[in-house]
Amino acid sequence: MAKVKGTIVVDIERCKGCGLCPPACPTNVISLAKEVNAKGFHYAYMANPDECTGCVNCALVCPDAVITVYRKKN
Amino acid sequence: MAEQTVNKDIAKEENLVFKKTSVLTDKVMHYCPGCGHGTAHRLIAEVIEEMNIQSECIGITPVGCSVLMYNYLDVDMQEAAHGRAPALATAVKRLMPEKFVFTYQGDGDLAAIGTAETIHAANRGENITIFFINNGIYGMTGGQMAPTTLPNMKSSTSPYGRDVKMMGNPLKMTELVAQLPGTYYVTRQAVHTPKDVRKAKKAIRKAFENQKLERGLSLVEIVSNCNSGWKMTPLQANEWMVENMFPFYPMGDLKVDGEMVK
Ligand SMILES: Cc1ncc(C[n+]2csc(CCOP(=O)(O)OP(=O)(O)O)c2C)c(N)n1
Ligand code: SF4
Ligand code: SF4
Ligand code: SF4
Repeated sequence: MAKVKGTIVVDIERCKGCGLCPPACPTNVISLAKEVNAKGFHYAYMANPDECTGCVNCALVCPDAVITVYRKKN
Repeated sequence: MAEQTVNKDIAKEENLVFKKTSVLTDKVMHYCPGCGHGTAHRLIAEVIEEMNIQSECIGITPVGCSVLMYNYLDVDMQEAAHGRAPALATAVKRLMPEKFVFTYQGDGDLAAIGTAETIHAANRGENITIFFINNGIYGMTGGQMAPTTLPNMKSSTSPYGRDVKMMGNPLKMTELVAQLPGTYYVTRQAVHTPKDVRKAKKAIRKAFENQKLERGLSLVEIVSNCNSGWKMTPLQANEWMVENMFPFYPMGDLKVDGEMVK
C-alpha cells in the first residue's frame, strides 16, 4: 500500500461544486459528491484519499479558497 | 451527506501546507462557481499577506462583477465610478505615496468606459498597480459585447458572433499600454491551472513591489473565464479560453523593468 502523505479538508458548505479541482489533481483524488450541500452544490471530496500527496494543486485552482491542505513532512 | 474522507492523522496543524489567507474575509464570494475573479482575489490577498502590507494597502474597486471586492479583501478599499479607478488611484497615491495603491478592473471597466483613465494614468507613469481581469465580455450586466470580445465571438449583443466589419476590432489594451513610456511592468497571466496560478502570483508580487521603486505603472492582465456569460460549464469555459482567448491574448511578459520584451 502506498504510504499516505497528504490530505485535504474541503469546507463543504462553501464549496460551489464548480468542478475545477478534480482535473487539477495529478493523482485523481477528488470527485464531486452525489449529495449536495445546503446551497444545492455537489461539493468536492476525496474519493481516493490514500492517493493524496498534499501537492496543493487543488487548492491553487479553487476560486473560493475552500480547500485546506496538509502534508506529512518526512 | 457523504462522509468527509479526511485522514485525521495527517490533518494536524504541524502538517498544514495551505489554507485560506486571513487577508480574504470569511464572506462567501458572490461569483458564479468556477469564475476566475475568486482566484484572482485570493492571489492578491496572498501576496498582500506575504509582503506584510495589509495595513499599507489601498485598493480601488470597479463597476462590474467585482464591484463588491471590498467585502472580500480585508484591506482599505474605495469604490470608483465605472472606469474611473485609475484616476481615483492616482489621487490616492499622490496624497499617500507611502501606500501600496492598486485597482482591480474588468475589461468593460478598463477597456471601454475607462479607456481614457487607463491610458492617461499609464502614460503619466503613475506609481500604481492595475489588475485587469479580461473575460472578453460584460459579465455583470448579462454578457454583452465588450471592446475585448474576440472576432466572431458570440455575446448577448453579438448573437451571431462579432462581425468586425460592423462592430470593429477587439482592443488589446495591454499591448497598447506597454508602448507607453510611463509603464514599468506589463504582463499577461491566467489562473486556470496550478502552473498558471503560481506564475500569476509571482507577477502580482512583482507588480506590488515595483511601487517601492517609483518608476511607473505596473499592469497585470489576467485572462479569465466568464462561464455564465459564455454559457458554458467552468471546465468548458477554461478549455474555450485556452483555445480561443490565448491565441489572441498571448500569455507572458510584454514589458519588464521598463524594457519591452515582446
Ligand atoms: C456609468 C455606467 N455605465 C454603465 C453601467 C452598466 N455596467 C455595469 S457593469 C458593466 C460592465 C462590466 O463588465 P466588466 O468590466 O468586463 O466586468 P465583469 O462583470 O465582466 O467582471 C456595465 C456596462 C454602469 N453601472 N455605470
Ligand atoms: S493536495 Fe494534490 S494530491 Fe491531494 S487532493 Fe489536492 S491536488 Fe490531489
Ligand atoms: S474548486 Fe473549490 S469550489 Fe470548485 S469544486 Fe473544488 S473545492 Fe469546490
Ligand atoms: S457573470 Fe461571469 S464574470 Fe461575473 S461572476 Fe459570473 S462567471 Fe464571473
